Amino acid sequence: MNQDLLVILSISNLLIPLLSFLILIFFGKRLPRGGDSIATTLLFIVLGSSFYVMFQKLMNFPDEAIQASFKWVSFGNVPFIGQLDIHLGIVLDNLSVIMLTVVAIVSSLVHLFSIGYMKDDVRYSRYFAFLGFFTFSMSVIVLTNNFFTMYVGWELVGISSYLLIGHWYEKKSASDAAIKAFIVNRIGDLGMFAGVMIIFFTFKTFSFDQIFNAISSGNIPMGSENWLTAAGILIFCGAIGKSAQFPLHVWLPDAMEGPTPVSALIHAATMVAAGVYLVARVFVMFTADALVFIAYIGAITAFISATIAIAQNDIKKVLAYSTISQLGYMIMGLGVGAYTAGFFHLTTHAMFKAGLFLGSGSVIHAMHHALHHQHDHQTDPQDIRNMGGLRQKMPVTFWTFLIFTLAISGVPFTSGFLSKDSILAGTLAFGNLTGHYLIPIIGFFVAGLTAFYMFRLVIITFLGEHKDNNRIVLIHESPAVMTIPLIIFAVLSFFAFYSLNPFDAAEGWIYKVLPRPDSVVPLASKAASSDVFNEALHHAHYPAMFLSLIIAGLGILFAYITYHWRKIDADKVAEKFKPVYQFLLNKWYFDELYGKIFVAGTHATTRILRWFDNNIIDGFVNNVGHWTVAITLGYKEQWKYKTLSSTVYLTVAIITSVLVTFFSASSLWPAASSIINYLFAIIIGIIAGSLTFFGFWAGAGGFDKYIVDGLVNGVAYLSGFFGLVFRKFQTGKIQTYLIFVLFGFIVLYFIFRFL
Amino acid sequence: MFSVGLTHYLVLSAILFSLGLFGVVTRRNAILVLMGIELILNSANINFIAFSHYGKLNIDGQLAAVFVIILAAAEAAVALAIVLNIYKTFQTVNVDEINKLKE
Amino acid sequence: MQMLDLIFYVFALLIIFSASVVVFAKNIIYSAFALLFTFFGVAAIYVLLTADFLAVTQLLIYVGGILVLMLFGVMLTHKLISVDIAVKPMRILPATIIIAMIAGTLIGIFTTTQWKSVESFNGNQIKTTTNLIGEAFLTAYLLPFEVASVVLLVALIGAALLARREKPKNNV
Repeated sequence: MNQDLLVILSISNLLIPLLSFLILIFFGKRLPRGGDSIATTLLFIVLGSSFYVMFQKLMNFPDEAIQASFKWVSFGNVPFIGQLDIHLGIVLDNLSVIMLTVVAIVSSLVHLFSIGYMKDDVRYSRYFAFLGFFTFSMSVIVLTNNFFTMYVGWELVGISSYLLIGHWYEKKSASDAAIKAFIVNRIGDLGMFAGVMIIFFTFKTFSFDQIFNAISSGNIPMGSENWLTAAGILIFCGAIGKSAQFPLHVWLPDAMEGPTPVSALIHAATMVAAGVYLVARVFVMFTADALVFIAYIGAITAFISATIAIAQNDIKKVLAYSTISQLGYMIMGLGVGAYTAGFFHLTTHAMFKAGLFLGSGSVIHAMHHALHHQHDHQTDPQDIRNMGGLRQKMPVTFWTFLIFTLAISGVPFTSGFLSKDSILAGTLAFGNLTGHYLIPIIGFFVAGLTAFYMFRLVIITFLGEHKDNNRIVLIHESPAVMTIPLIIFAVLSFFAFYSLNPFDAAEGWIYKVLPRPDSVVPLASKAASSDVFNEALHHAHYPAMFLSLIIAGLGILFAYITYHWRKIDADKVAEKFKPVYQFLLNKWYFDELYGKIFVAGTHATTRILRWFDNNIIDGFVNNVGHWTVAITLGYKEQWKYKTLSSTVYLTVAIITSVLVTFFSASSLWPAASSIINYLFAIIIGIIAGSLTFFGFWAGAGGFDKYIVDGLVNGVAYLSGFFGLVFRKFQTGKIQTYLIFVLFGFIVLYFIFRFL
Repeated sequence: MFSVGLTHYLVLSAILFSLGLFGVVTRRNAILVLMGIELILNSANINFIAFSHYGKLNIDGQLAAVFVIILAAAEAAVALAIVLNIYKTFQTVNVDEINKLKE
Repeated sequence: MQMLDLIFYVFALLIIFSASVVVFAKNIIYSAFALLFTFFGVAAIYVLLTADFLAVTQLLIYVGGILVLMLFGVMLTHKLISVDIAVKPMRILPATIIIAMIAGTLIGIFTTTQWKSVESFNGNQIKTTTNLIGEAFLTAYLLPFEVASVVLLVALIGAALLARREKPKNNV
């Protein structure tokens, strides 16, 4: 098996979606059905080849990272940096080939699903073009072996996310959401940029390998571990933005304004996982402090968004907060050092969360059509309170949705159970090792919440009675192009694809091919090493499993008690804890808080700056103007602007006298230093100043009148004169000018020939 | 009578050049001006190829001539398109009557 | 006088005579057809200078392309019955003087300069230049070659854009 072939295949995996984008964006309108079949076919080719690459890589080269890079630009010898070459390249290690396959699976199935979901959309081919563009950008992130292209890909997925969220830009809320997503991401990216710059200015390279090698050989930024921690946290800021972690998570729920398949692809499975991927990619350079920070961010995010998800009524909003919460899980898993578990959860979550979103898309699609038939444009097709009883009408959607829900709740025999369980075991081990018990507590609590709100969603949406008897007869199962991806995702949500033992992920292949890499940071700031951590993990495994099973079971039970058997009236509970309910319903008031602090703060700052501009800068400029006018008019207008101009004259006079005094004292009699000489110099200075003052007073007007005006008028007069003369030569015909040119040429030739 | 050499070709090209220049300068009709330009370009080409043949320029002179021909073709096409446009606008192709900007 | 010299003089005279017709003819159609002979003559000169590829190119592009374009231009901008209007030259006197000076100067320069000419004309060594030109285009002259192709494309598009007939905006 040839490594070059794998490199070529993965580069083509990178470029084929770009090709799809180019074809569709330029010729989409001319192609039959907007070229959707072209885009989908190309993506399935990518899927096939990424599977091939993954299997070949894992079978034949399980332990090495295949690299291919080229020198992109050489800046030569740059001041302060030295020889600066920037290399771009790709790396195929186990992490990237698995991620590439995940992206390809989700993207290709979402393409397929979109054929049904986006049918009759006004910008159908543009939509598919942007899907291709997104897949390309995501592949850039996945395959890159350096921070430079990582950052480029980071921004590319940002822009494709922006374009796709704003796909229905006629809707104000959609275009607002797109802008919000873009700007909030920008904030995180700024941090990432700063982090990358710290790294770059220390190591003069963007390549991951070279950076890690440099760190492990003891070369760290500014010679201080704290700088390394700072660089790690700053780079993690990028992940905070893209993976919608607290405090930048506010964009992701709004991003649900985009088409639902987009939410599945970008805002659930792949792009938001880019942050997790980034953390995994540079995992080895995080110090223990940075990892603790990461773990807490993940835990806080998981907790906040899980609580918010309970109170939401929009089907996509619930899923959005569930996504944020699960991303928090992954980040938390990586932060506590459960590297494999975190990435494993990314993989499994990508499958079942994409499935959940596509399932919700199927529901919304059906609701939308039913409402359309009823000519009902008031009812919200995404509000779960308008649904219920969809189980009989949409059996495929229901059963697949149920499987995804079981997976995300961590019920045994699903993939979600395996991955979530290993994260929880990791947090427990971390708690045992370091004493940060808050993290496992949050982790287990959120597991219960997740099971609760996901079953709440399923029960309200699919079980019980439908709210409108006229509508339920109009609801149909979605077409095959939409249900087939659901079934595929549902199959992929079973344990067997990841580990043959349904209770122990550590026996699965992902654990075999993705062992936790050893940190390269200096020993003093290193987190617990792999051996120590694995030992602790081993002890934590079974307690964590039983605990999580019990808690998930309780969550599901509560959901059934409350929403299915109605032993507890949810509305009454909400009424009783009204402040808490309102608090959760309004998403912890994050948007309002940010509105108050940042938006209003910016307004206040601009008001202050405007005052400064109007009064200080403009005031200064205007006063200079007044003074100038005063000087020129000084004589004629009989000191009309007396106070201003006399002040200016006086100022100029004083400056003159000081200067004259200084120079006469220092240069005229440099050797002598007696006091009389200085006095004499001062007197000269005062005389010079007085002369200046009176010169101004008396002469300003006259100078202006005769010298300045005379000069200006003279130039105008001369121009007129020459104009009259040269007018004779200007016939306005190019050929005449050509003759002049030729004449000039001959003259010049002879001048140079004979001189 | 001495045998034909480099000078002969150069003189021929000089004559052709002057004739072309004369056409450019004196003709009223834009198309005739273009013909003059073609003559000038041809004379330049003769120079290139003559130097290529008699000098040690090898093939480079001929390549320059090829590029000149390419540019002449492009120039003729665009210039004639402009002439057609002028004709549509002013109903004339006489360069001395097209002086709208002057007024 | 050798045979080749004779051929040269014949074609040189052809070029000069037909170019004069181009420049001095009253009738623009005459000018256009005289230009045809000029181009043929120049192609013959190229052959004498062992530039076979150039000669063929000259015939193809100038005679087949540019000249036809010119004729089209003539026919599209003149009513055929009044071909001879407004072809009178202008500024004859200053132009004649200046051009005569130019011609004198150029011929003077060409004849007085001591050219280091290496006569490489040998009947046995004549090789086709097409191979050499082709190789040069794809090696040392690759970039100009590509740029030329872009220039041609731009000229093509530009000419088509300029010359196309605008749809009448309002049906009067």
